[in-house]
Amino acid sequence: MSSLRADDVDVLVSRHQPEQATLKGYVIGFGSSIILTMTAYLLARYGLLDKPIMVALLATLALAQFAVQLIYFLHVGREFSPRLKLMVMLTMMLIVFILVAGSIWIMNSLNGRMMNTKQMVQYMNNQNNL
Amino acid sequence: MMHVFANFWLGKLNLQALPPNAIQWFGALLMISVPIGLAVFLTVTKRWKWLYKEWLTTQDPKKIGVMYIIVAVAMLLRGAADVALIKTQQSISVGHSMGILSSSHFQQIVTAHGTIMIFFVAMGLMFGLFNLIVPLQIGARDVAFPFLNATSFWLFFSGMVLVNLSLILGDFAATGWLAYPPLSELRYSPTVGVDYWIWSLEIAGVGSLLSGINFLVTILKMRVKGMNLMKMPMFCWSVLGSTLLIAFAFPILTVCLTLLALDRDIGTHFFTAGGGGNMMMYVNLIWAWGHPEVYILVLPAFGVYSEVVATFSRKRLFGYTSMVWAIMAIVLLSFIVWLHHFFTMGAGSDVNAFFGIMTMIIAIPTGVKIFNWLFTMYRGKIRLESPMLWFIGFVVLFTIGGMAGVMMAVPPIDFQLHNSLFLIAHFHMMIVGGVLFADFAAITYWFPKIFGFRLNERLGRIAFWCWLIGFLLSFIPLYILGFMGATRRLDHYAAGLGWQQLFIVSAIGAAVIGIGVGVQILQLVYSYFSRRNNLDLSGDPWDGRSLEWSTPSPVPFYNFAKTPHVTERDAFWVAKRHNLKDTRPYEDIEIPKNTPLAMIIAAGALAFGFAVVWHIWWLAVIGLLTSVVSLIVRSMDEHTERIIKAEEIERLDKLYSGGLSR
Ligand SMILES: [Cu+2]
Repeated sequence: MSSLRADDVDVLVSRHQPEQATLKGYVIGFGSSIILTMTAYLLARYGLLDKPIMVALLATLALAQFAVQLIYFLHVGREFSPRLKLMVMLTMMLIVFILVAGSIWIMNSLNGRMMNTKQMVQYMNNQNNL
Repeated sequence: MMHVFANFWLGKLNLQALPPNAIQWFGALLMISVPIGLAVFLTVTKRWKWLYKEWLTTQDPKKIGVMYIIVAVAMLLRGAADVALIKTQQSISVGHSMGILSSSHFQQIVTAHGTIMIFFVAMGLMFGLFNLIVPLQIGARDVAFPFLNATSFWLFFSGMVLVNLSLILGDFAATGWLAYPPLSELRYSPTVGVDYWIWSLEIAGVGSLLSGINFLVTILKMRVKGMNLMKMPMFCWSVLGSTLLIAFAFPILTVCLTLLALDRDIGTHFFTAGGGGNMMMYVNLIWAWGHPEVYILVLPAFGVYSEVVATFSRKRLFGYTSMVWAIMAIVLLSFIVWLHHFFTMGAGSDVNAFFGIMTMIIAIPTGVKIFNWLFTMYRGKIRLESPMLWFIGFVVLFTIGGMAGVMMAVPPIDFQLHNSLFLIAHFHMMIVGGVLFADFAAITYWFPKIFGFRLNERLGRIAFWCWLIGFLLSFIPLYILGFMGATRRLDHYAAGLGWQQLFIVSAIGAAVIGIGVGVQILQLVYSYFSRRNNLDLSGDPWDGRSLEWSTPSPVPFYNFAKTPHVTERDAFWVAKRHNLKDTRPYEDIEIPKNTPLAMIIAAGALAFGFAVVWHIWWLAVIGLLTSVVSLIVRSMDEHTERIIKAEEIERLDKLYSGGLSR
């Protein structure tokens, strides 16, 4: 038992599951992640949609990307279920939630207290007249 | 024509990249002389082959740990040289005198000091200890992924080389150690300084992430039979907490740096002032990594103190379960406090209040740990040897610094103290008093295990007192100066402010610390040459409690001749008390073969980083290809391990247990 080897790790990931990671799975994962990324990029670059629709669409694409990564590359859902994996997964979800929700809260608060351009120009003029 | 040619082959690199003045030439020459000196030494003593076979290609975590610590100590000296310049400048650059450094050079030095001390000293010492101690304490012969471990070390090494290259070619970031935009954007920092900063941290950061994951898996999956999580030594628990934080926090750093690099290199607008960018998002992201980073460093330090206090009080650790919960509470809470680094950026009072309160709450589990250590000492048979002295020094400094931290957790107070020298004094007390003192305690404590002889105790004590007194002399004035309004990264101030005396006291303090460092080097050299007198023949010089002390010193490459038998906490202590003898037969052991590929992958990364800094695109492609191809070659290799027969292990074990000296 000197060290974990690649096949040991596979065992950790999917013990006696016949469904091994296949080339087909990786190709599907790779292809769909590229399509999702390109769609998001093209939408943001050339999309002529309204802002709220665009935001919702991009968020959906991001979530889909997340799912693709988890299913095709991290093989979530196929492992024999140790509690450990579930715990790691939940911790990750919790921390991602904290970071995303926290950042949105903070950035929104900062944004709400920023001057708009007109106020800014006014402010700078006042400063110059001093 | 010539121009196009040079542009292709050399990118932005030209003669102007060489140092502009005498001080910087001196630094550059000093930096070049180290590798040249080493090369000459190795050639003269004919040690190249030895170095390659024994060290550069090794996958033994103990050797990797030693290399981490050597690099970190070298970087500590580099960081200390930076301090000497900073303190000199601040003592004499008053009123009409402008001191010895230009403003921009001073800013570069301060940035380099912060970057190097955190990423290459504190992190390096920490990973060094992980490598040396974690496998031994959990009764394992190796880490979960030995090749990945070697790769992590070499990536760390490459990042270190890149930081130091900036002394010779080009300049370093003059932005402060976290390089906030818009200052760090191309428009305001047009030289390669920020690029050096980005790519050295990017490379070292990936190494840290991989290493973090490696040790997380090692602790979860490689523990010897019988050692469930609640029977692990406390150091391993703290490493578990630290690596969890690494796994979740370091990706944020990587992304953040990548976005900044994209802004600088291909003209995106993530953090620019115009084009829809928002520099406040950078500050938000970098601290979402930065606060956990503090606990990444300090949790293992707490682990070291837990081991030292229990051993030197000859008692089992008080409140083991509460310690575990405290660690886990800190892990979670350290993701919910990051805004306390930018209260003044302008969020609403609701946001500031929330993060202020969360910050105060994190002091509770930390306090629990302090009391647990004190209760461990209570009625123990305390031996005040130098590891214990470092611990006591830590309690004093950490309590003062921690209270200053709780003060700054109150947003209105923080508005007064933000970016002042008060803050500098606070976090140096946490990182030097908390982390560095723990590393010194750990090195003294585990040194005989790794090298087979003890460090000289007397010199260790002198070094400790130099550090403690020097530290207080150096940083108490900074608290006062902070209250008086002195800001951080200050390279010049008016004479009428009356700050000069305090700055001079602080500089004297730094000199006393410098003497302490000198004594430590002397301690190492002296202990080596007088090692016959302090050999550790028993393998258990301190009457230790955990499994590493059950092995002979220095630890043989296979760690344990027979996998240890664990039923309780403090397994070795129990075995000693009951005089348990292991009568099981020896078994074959599998160990990883040496390989240069880890080094080659990191060399590719270094070439890539250097090339992107200077926009030498052909080299970037070659560097990247080198790394990727080496990775593929390694993945195809099926024969990465060799077997050592049971008879050979038996022979070696008899030899080592017989008290083999070097
Ligand atoms: Cu913090």
